[in-house]
Amino acid sequence: MVNSTTGLTPTQLLEMFRQMLLIRHFEQEAADLFHRNLVHGAVHSYIGEEAIAVGACSALQREDYITSTHRGHGHCLAKGGDPNRMMAEILGRATGYCKGKGGSMHIADLDLGILGANGIVGGGIGIATGAAFTSRYRNEGRVAVCFFGDGAMHQGIFHECADMAALWKLPVVYLCEYNGFAEFTHSASTFPITELSARAAPYGFPAFTVDGNDVLAVYRAASDAVQRARQGGGPTLLIGVTYRIEGHFIGDPLTYRTKEEVVPWRQQDPLVRFRTVLQDQGLLPDAVCREIEAEVTKRIQEAIAFAMASPEPDLRELTSDVYTTAHQG
Amino acid sequence: MTTREISYRDAIREALFEEMRRDPDVFMIGEDIARFGGPMKVTEGLLAEFGDRRVVDTPIAEAGFVGIGVGAALTGLRPVIEVMFNDFILLAMDQIINQAAKARYMFGGKAKVPMVIRPHAGAGRGMAAQHSQCLHMLFVQIPGLIVVAPSTPSDAKGLMKSAIRSDDPVIFFENKLLYSTKGPVPDGDYTVPLGVADVKRPGRDVVIISTSRMTAFALGAAQVLAKEGIEAEVIDPRTLKPLDMETILRSVRRIKRVVIVDEGSRTGGFTSEIAARIMDEAFDSLDAPIQRVAAEDAPIPYCRTLEAEAIPQERDIVAAVKRLL
Repeated sequence: MVNSTTGLTPTQLLEMFRQMLLIRHFEQEAADLFHRNLVHGAVHSYIGEEAIAVGACSALQREDYITSTHRGHGHCLAKGGDPNRMMAEILGRATGYCKGKGGSMHIADLDLGILGANGIVGGGIGIATGAAFTSRYRNEGRVAVCFFGDGAMHQGIFHECADMAALWKLPVVYLCEYNGFAEFTHSASTFPITELSARAAPYGFPAFTVDGNDVLAVYRAASDAVQRARQGGGPTLLIGVTYRIEGHFIGDPLTYRTKEEVVPWRQQDPLVRFRTVLQDQGLLPDAVCREIEAEVTKRIQEAIAFAMASPEPDLRELTSDVYTTAHQG
Repeated sequence: MTTREISYRDAIREALFEEMRRDPDVFMIGEDIARFGGPMKVTEGLLAEFGDRRVVDTPIAEAGFVGIGVGAALTGLRPVIEVMFNDFILLAMDQIINQAAKARYMFGGKAKVPMVIRPHAGAGRGMAAQHSQCLHMLFVQIPGLIVVAPSTPSDAKGLMKSAIRSDDPVIFFENKLLYSTKGPVPDGDYTVPLGVADVKRPGRDVVIISTSRMTAFALGAAQVLAKEGIEAEVIDPRTLKPLDMETILRSVRRIKRVVIVDEGSRTGGFTSEIAARIMDEAFDSLDAPIQRVAAEDAPIPYCRTLEAEAIPQERDIVAAVKRLL
């Protein structure tokens, strides 16, 4: 039986649920490792925003590209990233995606088209647009999905790239995660407009606002945008409205918001909502749900065990990989 | 080896044509480069041969098209990006320093960013403070970048070909007053390796280490000095990062007197870096304090007289040498 509005099979729907749960568990465990002082740097949690990464990446092929953000674990997992190598990277181990030299904010898997998390707000926008340029240049039909937070909508690079992506009809989807906060500031107070999707029309391409806590709504919007991009129709801006359940980083004292304002958003938890949808359709009997939860828990525990058992990088790694060839001087 | 006398501009142009013919992944992108043929006419004729898929005019949006270049390079193309005046490269610094220079390292050695950025630097045209700077030192500071600043047509062509073939990001500083200077350029396909200095004139009494257009001034100064019986050796590092200290130190140890000339600012400048490296590695060889000749620590002024005073001139190099002897 195929879902009437998305064309997704039950197997695909359950896989999306599994991915969302995997991200949730990964983030919970990453936070726990941070609280246990095992993480050297910062962890920016994606909890509450899982529907956006999974909805969008479910609309992509393996060959397609994504760029991610400092809040990037969810995007990476949704595009097929290996939890072992991600966890090892967060713990600064030699077996991590970046040999422990990048950390949480720089995880990349070029073989999977994951062109990197990014420590600069808006840092992935040029890269994604350039990847789309390559796809068009080589007539490859690959699409780049560029994830960024609403904070990045203010950056000049967004406006410059939107301009050129539209001019050259590049196959890129700009996916803004409107999660309510730009670091420690309510996003709404930083915008002179309320409808962020208005920011595509000046560049001559369409924009759609979707419920970012509804994975199927995100999937539908992303599928349309990806198809349009693949067919040469150029860029699309998607605004996924969601909420950053955790602080800017794990350990954020959250002095800038009340506990009360989080309550209605907790009731909109994307995982709970999707589970209810699947249960209502009879696709997720309790036994299956428990099975998926057990599998995901085991997978993340494996990742932690793998990371903890891995060595730190050799000291020689400090100066390797700066260039492709060894230079003196 | 047969050579032809061609300009610095045409030498770079030839390199672009040859590399675009050699590799279909090489493309040009920047402001006014296609239909107009480039503000400095370096890209003239490329559009006619290669078409607008590979020779791409952009809006005036430096961060955007440099950022697009980074993404294109990360996914397998070889962009050659013209940013016109090097003063405009400042609009794209995040793309260059935080993205291009670091992608390989922070992704654990898997990424390659084979891109060339072509700014032109230098005072002397009355373009004042925002069109005349020499900003190479900003990039020499950054691990992951290669910085090139050729002084002759032959070096410019050979280094451009190496830069385009390099898998690392290269900032290739041309000099606006060198474009029309001519010199012998070898026929056929040749490259000049990145990271190798060149002794432009052998000598015995003083070593002058000079970059880009200052090398022409240093050679002029050497001729003046020769009439007085002073033989200056002139070394052009050609690549500023990585720096060929071996060639420099070999001459320093033999000749023991050093003048360093650079059109960038004096403070924290390229002359400071070379002087420090010589002090680190060859202090005992020196017979006199190192002389540095660099731009004044002031913005480049407009008025012809002030502008000439702001940057090193041949006579300043001659004077610096005489202070040593």
